[in-house]
Amino acid sequence: MLYLIGLLSGALFGLGLVLSGMINPAKVLGFLDVFGAWDPSLALVMAGALAVFAPGLWFWRTKHGQCVLGTDLPKVAAPVIDGRLLLGASIFGAGWGMAGICPGPAIGLAASLQWQVGVFILAMGAGFWLVGRLTVAGSGKL
Amino acid sequence: MTVVNFTPWSALFGGMLIGLGALLLMVAAGRVAGISGILIGLGGHSDRGWRLAFVAGLLSATLLLFQSGMAEVPSLAGMAPGKLLLAGLLVGIGTRLGNGCTSGHGICGLGRGSRRSMAATLVFIAAGIATVAMLK
Repeated sequence: MLYLIGLLSGALFGLGLVLSGMINPAKVLGFLDVFGAWDPSLALVMAGALAVFAPGLWFWRTKHGQCVLGTDLPKVAAPVIDGRLLLGASIFGAGWGMAGICPGPAIGLAASLQWQVGVFILAMGAGFWLVGRLTVAGSGKL
Repeated sequence: MTVVNFTPWSALFGGMLIGLGALLLMVAAGRVAGISGILIGLGGHSDRGWRLAFVAGLLSATLLLFQSGMAEVPSLAGMAPGKLLLAGLLVGIGTRLGNGCTSGHGICGLGRGSRRSMAATLVFIAAGIATVAMLK
């Protein structure tokens, strides 16, 4: 059942990435080009996602304390904004602004069978691995 | 600043589908749909099955849309390999250090009122804007 939920959730995610244009690096770079030729579309991708996710989760949480499979809903991390978080977000933003690709679209773009996606994914995997090696406490969880 | 290529409706509906996918994973399975976290978890030793299923679902959806011709494939032909390599490396390092990417912080974190995710999202969007401005 857990696998089926994962599969369905991933499929919805992929469908949304394509329909929204988030999978297209040119569109992402257009969104980040605030001082040039700006394409504000991706702000609406985030707004649309939050408009479904946030109230949906709120309603579910007020009616049920747990998820369907019976475990507790994951807790929000303690509001500690540390240097690691800000440094990580800055580095991620720089990479995102270079190619217009973040992790979800990178996976989705793999289906386009272009070798360039392979280069990006391998380098991203190397980055994950590197930080994992360098940090003891790196759980990789939100 | 000039506004170009604005596609509000497809962006909004596509975003809602992404939000629905994230909502489903959380209320049904109690898992966070943060793609960088899911990918990092694939390299771990436990709880890998659902992550693999999620990636398979995402890939199947895009494979179907691209290979059937229902959606146009965004071409990466103009991107230099060195640039892709560096960008990928930075995205990998940054999302693992910062514990999340666009989906984990921008949707699942923000959508639950996480202040960490609010800070991270503001910072990575600002860094992205600055990078695009500098590289022009």
